Amino acid sequence: MSALVAVTDLRVSFRFGRGRIFEAVRGVSFEVAENATTALVGESGSGKTLCAMSILRLLPENALIDPASRIEYAGEDLLAAPAARLRALRGREISAVFQEPMSSLNPVLTVGEQVAEVLRLHRGLPRAKALERSAELFDEVGIPEPRARLQAYPHELSGGQQQRVMIAMAIANEPRLLIADEPTTALDVTIQRQVLDLIARLRERRRMSVLFISHDLALVGELADHVVVMRDGEVRERGTAARIFTQPQDPYTRALLACRPRLDARPRRLPVIDDFLRGASAERAPLVRPPVSRKLLEARQLSKHFILRTGWLARRSLTAVSDVSFDLCPGRTVGLVGESGSGKTTVALLLMRLIDASGGEARFDGAELLGLPRDRMLPLRKRIQIVFQDPYASLNPRLSIGRALIEPMRIHRLGADEVERAERVRRLLERVGLPRDAMQRYPHEFSGGQRQRIAIARALAVEPEVLICDEVVSALDVSVQATVLNLLLDLQEERGLAYLFISHDLAVVKYMSDEVLVMRDGKVLERGTPEEIFRAPQHDYTKGLLAAIPRGLVLSNT
Amino acid sequence: MAAILEGRHESAWAALWSRLLQDRVGTLCLAVVLAYLVLILASILGLVSADWHREVGVPYANPALLGETPQPQAPRSPGAGRARGAAPDLSAVDPLAPKYAEWARRTAELKVSEPQRSLTLAWGGDRWGRDVLDKAIKGSQVSIAVGVTAALCATLIGTLLGALAGFYGGLRDDFLEWLYSVFTSIPSILLIFALAAVLRSGWLGQVFAGGIWTVVIILAATGWTGMYRLVRAEYMKHRARPYVLAAEAIGASAAARMFVHILPNVSHVILIQLSLLVVAFIKVEVILSFLGLGVPIDMVSWGTMLAEAQTELVIGKWWQLAAATAFMAVFLTAFSMLTDSLRDALDPKLR
Repeated sequence: MSALVAVTDLRVSFRFGRGRIFEAVRGVSFEVAENATTALVGESGSGKTLCAMSILRLLPENALIDPASRIEYAGEDLLAAPAARLRALRGREISAVFQEPMSSLNPVLTVGEQVAEVLRLHRGLPRAKALERSAELFDEVGIPEPRARLQAYPHELSGGQQQRVMIAMAIANEPRLLIADEPTTALDVTIQRQVLDLIARLRERRRMSVLFISHDLALVGELADHVVVMRDGEVRERGTAARIFTQPQDPYTRALLACRPRLDARPRRLPVIDDFLRGASAERAPLVRPPVSRKLLEARQLSKHFILRTGWLARRSLTAVSDVSFDLCPGRTVGLVGESGSGKTTVALLLMRLIDASGGEARFDGAELLGLPRDRMLPLRKRIQIVFQDPYASLNPRLSIGRALIEPMRIHRLGADEVERAERVRRLLERVGLPRDAMQRYPHEFSGGQRQRIAIARALAVEPEVLICDEVVSALDVSVQATVLNLLLDLQEERGLAYLFISHDLAVVKYMSDEVLVMRDGKVLERGTPEEIFRAPQHDYTKGLLAAIPRGLVLSNT
Repeated sequence: MAAILEGRHESAWAALWSRLLQDRVGTLCLAVVLAYLVLILASILGLVSADWHREVGVPYANPALLGETPQPQAPRSPGAGRARGAAPDLSAVDPLAPKYAEWARRTAELKVSEPQRSLTLAWGGDRWGRDVLDKAIKGSQVSIAVGVTAALCATLIGTLLGALAGFYGGLRDDFLEWLYSVFTSIPSILLIFALAAVLRSGWLGQVFAGGIWTVVIILAATGWTGMYRLVRAEYMKHRARPYVLAAEAIGASAAARMFVHILPNVSHVILIQLSLLVVAFIKVEVILSFLGLGVPIDMVSWGTMLAEAQTELVIGKWWQLAAATAFMAVFLTAFSMLTDSLRDALDPKLR
């Protein structure tokens, strides 16, 4: 197989004001083989996206490519190519799909027009013909009723369908190289599976090359022929997928392979990157769970309807949650699993009283929770806390970490005075593994994993008894995910916290929980211990969720 | 408290200050604005321009730079003012005759002194020979006080109402929107006239008689609407953000969420709108004073100066216009660039 793109000794640096320079990519070389899938794998900040975008030269303005670097596309030096040549290549021979389909699509144009625009621009097709061709492309990427969907606006489509539109747009001009930058990270596991299958099928049929970028090595194994593992702007290891998965050489690669929770074992702690880099042996001891004791929180037949106005007088009721019941006990975890839109987060918001329930009841330590007037919620807020999904959005960007953590203590009058509270904050930050100087700093100075630790620390500042974890690891890299899960388990053991753990990833829920509830369309389809659910799933939906978990190398691929 | 939280590090205000000082343009603008404030303070205390209304020069005295205007020699007719020949004695029939002596005595008691009027002044003189530079400094005091105070009041009203409407929505929002619509549906100049008429008559006229407060109230009451609309939109956007939900989850009250959590995140909108309002209000004050609805007749503002300058320009006396314009332009430019730098300094991401 010959190489379609050859990147040699690529160096990309960023220039920040006053002559400060930060080198983000430090001498990276790799090849994208013709008619095959090459994967760039690494954590956020590893420079993988920069490498891929250097090919199209779609870099931020303050990025500099070292003059000694070479990027060859079919024998042509792209770094020396003039802007006009690059414009001709972009979207026609090399196209890209990005992580966030919603923000990549223009919200005020129909998706049909947006795909047709690409065809009109690069091929000069007349409008009607371009729309015709768009419908065929929609059919090819598996959008049902393609002709009707041409008229749809992006917000009318689900995340998976939006990503299919993006893929249709990317393949519209039959490119030779498709760059897919974390195309499934924002999607549910089941949708992720479908999109991966679609990319693999298209690659096969159209005989193009794919450069696939991901933070998840297991995911990549199902799709890639060649894997390049990157860390801190350098290549740690590269080779065929089969070799990387069966004989990983670099400890970092081994760590990436091990950090996703396994379905067949439940070790006391998940292995993390540092263990491997330091050469420490992974924990073999199984996780010990406390027995069921008193019931701390009982939720019975929770339900929530939203009323939508559809006309002057017409109203439609939308059921977000119906008939959900569970008990939370100290030291134990109930897992809620399901796709987006299944009502998991609504359950969390109901228990936090951030929205009002339409029916059912919840008792906290014997006291009625849902009927409590809002002004009497304060004592309960101290006892039930929540950590949200997106650590980038759930921390106030204008509050320093110290202020953000001291605020809940002040509201609930914990600690005698400010000095004592500040001391508590310091201890708390240390406990969740953040540097001591974190107090004076602001959220944007921290990575995603660190921010989620800050959010956990804030929830723990009031010393709650119940912690609701709403998709706390979904926005994080798999490698970071393991460290956050370990922290949650440690905290649970230390403080006897009751967790309600919400996720769309069955593997994570299985690792964390003592009881699992599988939800769809607001209803509980199936419940049981994680072992039962995993060994003998009753429902097709559960089987689908299980099958969607990335398992690394698929042997039939090689 | 701040000191404990930040440890040995600077407090939030000190951090803001040091970040502002790092910005060269911001520091320069801050210096200019501070210089104006010092000037205003000095003029309030009477250290400078206390005698702005004194007629110290000849009418339309030239700026010193131009030198004196050559005075056209008035044709003097010999003996003008003296009566020709002896006046006929009318004392017999003149009924006022007995008073002449007394009048002459009383006239002798009065001393008439023609003040020494200089032919040139530093920045020229106006129609009555008042020093234009003094007028401009005194005018700064009035104009900036009116513009900045009114803009701050309008910002306060607009932010408060916008926060309430945007954060709560529902009935409160409906009511405030209705209020907003009423205010914006009246042509603004008409509203200003109406308010001016109300505030200058009846008991209100007694309360606010003769001060600049009438103008401040008029401007604040008509100028809050734009701010309200922008702040409301920002609050609607932010109220459902996860960080606000997270604040509610830890038990933060509605007021704390509105003003501790959301307000710093929308402060850039408020600051920029504030700087626009200051600029706009200083200009509106000019228009109001021009129309006679602005500051009282015994005060001077940039507006009254511009109003006078209009007629002067026709006869080629440009210096009053130049003085008012220069003072105004420098202040307004410095002020809006300062708010820009302040916005940057407030954003922790731009450190």
